[in-house]
Amino acid sequence: MTQQLENILEVNNLQTVFATEGGEVRAVDGVSFVVPKGKTIGIVGESGSGKSITSLSILRLLAKNGKVNDGEILFKGKDLLKLTDKQMRDIRGNQISMIFQEPMTSLNPVYTVGQQISETLIIHKKISKQEAMKQSVDMLKLVGIPSPEKRVKQYPHELSGGMRQRVMIAMALACDPEILIADEPTTALDVTIQAQILELIRDLQNRLDMSVIMITHDLGVVAETCDYVAVMYAGQVVEYSDVRTLFKNPKHPYTLGLLNSLPRHDVDQEKLIPIKGMVPSPHDMPVGCRFAPRCPVATQACHTKPPMLESIGNNEQIRCWMYSEEWDGDSEVTLYGEKRTVKG
Amino acid sequence: MTKYIIRRLLQTIPVLIGVSILVFSLMFLIPGDPARVMAGEGASEQTIENLREKLGLNDPAYVQYGRFITSAVKGDLGNSVRSGRPVMDEISARFWITVELSIYATILSVFIGLIAGIVSAVRHYTLTDIFIMIIALFGLSMPNFWLGLVLIQWFALGNLPFGMDMPAWLFDIVQMRPSGWGESWRQMVLPVITLGTGGAAIIARMTRSSMLEVIGQDYIRTARAKGVSERLVIYRHALKNALIPVVTVIGLEFGGFLGGAVLTETIFAINGMGRLTIDAIRQRDFPIVQGTVLVISIIFVLVNLLVDISYKFLNKRIDLN
Repeated sequence: MTQQLENILEVNNLQTVFATEGGEVRAVDGVSFVVPKGKTIGIVGESGSGKSITSLSILRLLAKNGKVNDGEILFKGKDLLKLTDKQMRDIRGNQISMIFQEPMTSLNPVYTVGQQISETLIIHKKISKQEAMKQSVDMLKLVGIPSPEKRVKQYPHELSGGMRQRVMIAMALACDPEILIADEPTTALDVTIQAQILELIRDLQNRLDMSVIMITHDLGVVAETCDYVAVMYAGQVVEYSDVRTLFKNPKHPYTLGLLNSLPRHDVDQEKLIPIKGMVPSPHDMPVGCRFAPRCPVATQACHTKPPMLESIGNNEQIRCWMYSEEWDGDSEVTLYGEKRTVKG
Repeated sequence: MTKYIIRRLLQTIPVLIGVSILVFSLMFLIPGDPARVMAGEGASEQTIENLREKLGLNDPAYVQYGRFITSAVKGDLGNSVRSGRPVMDEISARFWITVELSIYATILSVFIGLIAGIVSAVRHYTLTDIFIMIIALFGLSMPNFWLGLVLIQWFALGNLPFGMDMPAWLFDIVQMRPSGWGESWRQMVLPVITLGTGGAAIIARMTRSSMLEVIGQDYIRTARAKGVSERLVIYRHALKNALIPVVTVIGLEFGGFLGGAVLTETIFAINGMGRLTIDAIRQRDFPIVQGTVLVISIIFVLVNLLVDISYKFLNKRIDLN
């Protein structure tokens, strides 16, 4: 994978803050990643790691008390943060679309499926109602909904969860976007439906040649769908690499911990090893590396100096002292029962 | 739908029977003897007794009720004790005046209430929101009769506070002639404001809280993610969902106006049903009291039915059957 890919989206040093009663909270602090054209990038992390906030920041859909403080979001070279509201609206649902975690509540209960898909088409393509309705039927067909002519006239409550997520996808893809942001699209669905929805997204991605940002806490979903992965912890990207490298040779202790806490079929495991401790509260972030309090190999430096996201090798970035020249620990460490040589 | 309406109409029958029994028992619960009132103060016991016999007041209660209900079904609510005219005629002469007043008051309160509520919700926690909610609290706390009297003092009599002068055009709009009602729409201005203010406040508060709840929903975020403009997000996606509880309040309010315009009608000397009822109570004119209460109850039940039917149009999830 040495071929240079065109990056359709580039997020640089994104910082999103929320005004709360307990003061200002940095939910996202210095997040950077790129989305190559036609590829899927996974953003993976625990609840509260800032992955959803990152995606909402891209579309500028943050709640009223949230705002992007710093950084840039370059979409085809244009900084989305500098656009007017009107210009931003022209991008939403048209060039960058989003689907959400809860298909049960993400559709408006008082309009039919057809009306809701049509709305996107009418706004962005300026076509007539009849034409939009016809295209809505086509979209429902595309996402594999049987008898779309009938479904198009139904209300969301008449559809199952999986169907509704398909409708959301149809709505998101109606205007043929270049990027689809999928915020935990399968979390609320049961397992068999999950696989179907992921398959559908992958299939449509190939057919329509779009990029996908897959936000998930599920490494299984990442392995199945993504080309690149950004691992987030406490509002920061701690590791970015292609998916093969991540699973074969994870570098950041947090990534390693995540993988170790998953059941695997290829090796014998006595039991799963959880990561000790808790995610730090955003009101009280550690001054050094944010993972240091939970890290099995943290040194003095880790607790006092925050590491930067540094490139190591081809298309890999990591935020950890262990891989820098300044590492003050042993050159061989044991991480979750696995010996590793670091430094040099 | 038709089936549902028919079923609901049939369901109102037991309600109305209940109401008619209550209304009928009023006659026995309220102190004072209608026969004595009718006969006048100097009447002899014999005259009163004859009158009582003539009116059927000596029959057992259930016989009297049977007589009352059979003629009521035929549209005959008896004759007024005072004027001797049929109760239905007395009511229908006043009915439309009250209906007119209530409709205008409802329109006013819906118009002001919805706009204030939406603005308040969209700008919540800003000064605009706080200002609107303080005004709404005032509107809610002011008793009708007090507001009516203040409005009369200020605008009808021209005694504006702080020695202000009323511009002629304003006087033109709000001047009120206490004698004849219905000569011109101007004479409705002050009563409609008096009656509608409280309603506007309730609708504003209801709309605000309902809108705030809806604006936080996932589907509003979906609409924004589709590129829908903020204006359409509010009016197309949020408002239709938020209206459901508001419509209930509007319906109840309209019913309340019809039955509760008593104070407003008294203050502004409007010859509507409210005044008819008050006068009838004062004069122990039981047939009229029975008639007005019954008519108001029927309207209340019908308005509620209309509200329930409107739900179906607002919220497709509601299965009326």
